Order: sequence, then C-alpha cells, then structure tokens
Amino acid sequence: MFSVLKMKKYLGVFYLIALVVIYSTIAAQVPVDATAVVHPPAPVTGLTASDTDSDHGHSITVNWKPSTDDGGGANSVIGYRIMRSNSPEGPFDTVGIVPLGSKTFENSSSIEAGTTGFIPDDTNFYFRVDALTADPAVFSSSEGTGPVHSYGQWFNKGLYPVLWAVIIFTVLTVMFVSAAKKGKELYVRPLAGIEAVDDAIGRATEMGRPILYVFGLGTASDIATIASFTILSRVAKRVAEYQTSLIVPCYDPIVMAVAQDVVKTAYMDAGRPNDYKEDAVHFITNAQFAYVGAVNGIMLRELPATNIYMGKFFAESLMLAETGVVSGSIQIAGTDEIAQIPFFVVACDYTLIGEELFAASAYLGREPLLLGSLKAQDYAKAAVLVLALFGILAVNFAGDLGMAWLANFKELFKVID
Amino acid sequence: MELLGIWIGAILTLGIFSFLYKDNPVYKVTEAIFIGVSAGYYAIVYFFDSIYKKFWLGAVVAAEKDLMLYGGAVLGLLFLSRLYSKTSWIARWPLAFIVGATAGLYMMTYFVTNGMNQVASTISDVAQKSDLAGSSWAEVLGTYVILVGVVTGLIYFFFSKEHKGAFGAAAKVGIWFLMVTFGASFGYTVMSRMSLLIGRMDFLLGDWLRIIN
Repeated sequence: MFSVLKMKKYLGVFYLIALVVIYSTIAAQVPVDATAVVHPPAPVTGLTASDTDSDHGHSITVNWKPSTDDGGGANSVIGYRIMRSNSPEGPFDTVGIVPLGSKTFENSSSIEAGTTGFIPDDTNFYFRVDALTADPAVFSSSEGTGPVHSYGQWFNKGLYPVLWAVIIFTVLTVMFVSAAKKGKELYVRPLAGIEAVDDAIGRATEMGRPILYVFGLGTASDIATIASFTILSRVAKRVAEYQTSLIVPCYDPIVMAVAQDVVKTAYMDAGRPNDYKEDAVHFITNAQFAYVGAVNGIMLRELPATNIYMGKFFAESLMLAETGVVSGSIQIAGTDEIAQIPFFVVACDYTLIGEELFAASAYLGREPLLLGSLKAQDYAKAAVLVLALFGILAVNFAGDLGMAWLANFKELFKVID
Repeated sequence: MELLGIWIGAILTLGIFSFLYKDNPVYKVTEAIFIGVSAGYYAIVYFFDSIYKKFWLGAVVAAEKDLMLYGGAVLGLLFLSRLYSKTSWIARWPLAFIVGATAGLYMMTYFVTNGMNQVASTISDVAQKSDLAGSSWAEVLGTYVILVGVVTGLIYFFFSKEHKGAFGAAAKVGIWFLMVTFGASFGYTVMSRMSLLIGRMDFLLGDWLRIIN
C-alpha cells in the first residue's frame, strides 16, 4: 500500500518524463529535411472531452478524429499534442503527446492534492488537440472543447460481471444455509488430515506430551487464519476433554487475542473452564525468522506429541516441519499458500491442500452457515468448470456452426478493474 | 563500528547454525536475543509509524485533519479493554470490524482471481483450432494436458460429493496433477533457499573471515 501511494506521488513526474521520451523518440524517428517546406496539416475534428467513466475521479478522457494528413493526404502528421486550460481563451498547457494514429487520450492524475499534474474534481477544463509535424513550429490546432470536469463514480461498470457472480453465489449460499438450518443433511467428504486430529490428540494424551498449534504468519483477517480458528476450537475442545495441554505460539498479536478467546470458549464448552491457562496462547514476535527460531525451540524443549500447522505460511514452513520431524511429532498441516504446500507434503504426516483447509473448518464445525457456504462453493466450482468447457467449445466451433457471436464468449469474464 | 557489527552478526549466525547439531545453550541465547531485539524493534516501528506518524501527525497536528483516523484510534482503544476481564468482551467489536471488513474487501478479489480470471484463462490456454495449425504434436498435447489438469484438479476439490466411481477416478488424476506441480514447485523453491545459504556463507567466509572475495 505504501509503495502504491509513493508511486502515485511521483505519477506527475513519471508522466512528464514519459512525455519528453515519447516526444523525443517521435522527433528522432522522423528525418527532418531542412530544405523541405512543411505545410500545416489538417486539424483533428470531432474533438470531445468527458469525465473518465467508472473511476475514482481526477481523470478526463479526450477523443478526436485524426487529421486527414495522418497516414494519408500530405502524410505530414507525426503525432498529437493534447493541451488543457482553465479557460476557453487559454493559455493552454501541454498535458500529453501521443503518436500518429491515436484517437484518444486519458488525462488523469493522482487523487492526492498537491501532487504534480493534479486534476481537481468538479473544476472546469478546456481542451484542444494539436496535430504535429516534423517541424515543431508547424502544427494545426483544433477547435477547443469544454467545459468539462472530472468526478468519481459510485460504481465501476467493469466489475458488473463480478457483481452478477456475487449475487448468484449469495443466493446459492442463502439457499443452502437455509436448507442446513432446516435440518437437511449436507454431505462433506471426509478429509484424512482432519480425521487424524482426534487420533493425534489421543496419542498426545497417552504420551503425556503437549499439542503444538501454529497459525503461521497470517493476520486475523486472512481467510486461512479464520478457517484455522475453527479448527483450533475443535482441537482445544478435545484437548480440554482429554486433559492434555496445548501450546499456541502466535506471530500476530490480534491473532493471539482471538485465539485466546477461541481456546477459552472451547474449554468452557468442554465443561473445564478452570483448566484453561491464559499463557497457553502467547505472543512471540512479529519477525518471521525470530518466530521460527522460538517455535523450533519449543518443539525441541517441550517435545510436543502432535504439531498442527493451520493457516498462512511462507518461507518458514519447511523449517518448522523439519524440526517437527526431528522431535518425533505427528504433524498435520494445512495452508492455502500454494508455494508452501510441497514442503508440508514432504515433511508432514497429513496435509490439507489449499481449499481443503476451508472445507475442514466446515467439516469440523458442522455449522449450517459453513456447510451451506461450502455447498455453494462446490456449485460455483461446477459453474466455473461448465463455463470454461463451454467457452472452449464456443471459441473453437461457434464459427463453424454459424454462431459467430459466441466466439467472443470469454470476453464475458474479462474484468476491467 | 562496522567490524563490530560483522563480528556480532557472524557469532549470532553461528549460534543459530548450532541448532543443526542439537538444541544447546548457545542457540538458546541467540534465539532469545533474536526474539527480544525483533519484538522491541517492531514495537518501536509500530508506535512511530501508526500512533505517531499516522495518527498524531495526521489527525492531531495536521492543519487538514484526517478524521477517519479517529475511527481507527477508537477501535484501537477498544482493543485495550482486554486488559480488564470485566470489559474484555468489548475487544470483540474491533476484531469483528477487522475480520468483517477485510472479508468483504477480499470477496471481490477472490471472485475476480479465483473465478472470472480462471474461466477466461482456461479458455485462452487451450489453444484454438486456428492456433494449433502448424504446431508441433508436443504443443498440441500440452494444451490438452492443461485442460485435463484443470478439469480433474477442480473435481478433486469438490467436497460435497463422495470420490467414487468415475468421479473418484477423475479426482485421483487431479491429485496426480497437483503432486507433479508441487514437485516442480518444491525443486524450484529449494534452489532459491540454497541461494539464501550461499548468501550466509558469503557473509561468513567473505565479510567475516575474508577467505573469499
């Protein structure tokens, strides 16, 4: 986020440099014959300027019909210069130069006032376009257009396909959640990794060793961490019932706070609130490898019988899982970080791959809300599959079957952000 | 001063490496230093970045105050209610806000990246008839392997249907595709980890011991 803001701050400078580079490139490519007399080209026509649609404001789009000397006629046009002013009389300042053949230009700026080239919303501007020739002194100016002002829109029309998808998915979710609430049995296939949790807790109890639960480096707003809270709830409840111990070292203080609540509630649900220890869930540090060092230390000193890694993991995944192997623990992992799954697959006894982690929370919780949304997700996946297969057939055979309009089927899924 | 920094860095690096032998007092000390320094460092960074630079300078000192920041400050203060058991329930409100707001924000991204873009890419990846004309048999095969991989991989992630019969067979093919992908990813990432080790060795043998240039 920081880097994006920082980039926007220098957007004006970037545009200025780009203008100079484009102009000098165009000028360098066209040989200037000092003896040739260059006549002013025909000016551009049909000039219009309007607010750029589906944006946050601070942008105006200028359109025109190219000069008749652009690619034809005297063929003297080498590009167009877009000029802007606060009044119809001028003075006009250059806001952009585009190569020959261009018909449109988007004059946009950062949303931050005070930055170079800033375009304030709701302020009138006037535009004109100059058709340029190889001789900088010879050009033709169009009629001016304006006033025009920029403003932000509430809705991005480029995202309408997503809106429809969200509406359909929401309807499906509500339907399935309602069905689940009414008692309809929604099947979720067993997941080996989750089936193994109970056995692993039993093993820990028999061995008299603790269970280590690691969230990874996710924050409380990561979907993987949220799914992990549900799994922790189940694990903590079983731990309370079996009267074994639980260690949850946390990387993020907010995750720690939520995890403490989850574990405390699980102990209460198990009817053993007095067995809950506040420091079972504790904060370590916000530094990735220092956190790994600490968790590795816990593994070798406390010798947990079971290590459960559920959440968001990055480069630390293999370091943790390898140490777990050395300490002789049973290991169950799950993450939606695709790059880290291979490490868990090789070093852990059970691994929940990607979305299985989310399914696990529904499988364990058996709550109508989670089961209903899982069922809706399956339908969404089926829709993705059907649409993709239909799209492949459409782009390959629609023309042969006289349905050329279907050939652009995939355009429906292109999102303009 | 730079030399002192190199020595401290080298000793701490060796302290962490001593873990490869077994857990030992040197590792414990190094680990404690690492955790303590990093926790302290981030506490200061968060204080200055969030409370001082963002809130104090942006919402208190600035001529044009950003009033939205007061909302964040209030939520932050509510979080402190956890310090007292009787008021700890209040801390659930800022948590609910964080989780709910980000889930809502992510929803659009998820739909775009995991839904719309996947459909568009699958249609594009499986080459059209016209593209295949003149392609080698390996390229043609490749496009269909991608299609089979996408379909069977997606089937594996159906949770509300038992993996039996033809559906189960397709799911099995899907998991094979996943495992082959993971294998390739594993090899690639191991190579990048090796470069991290080389970097540390370069520091120890070059900057510290000056055995290599």
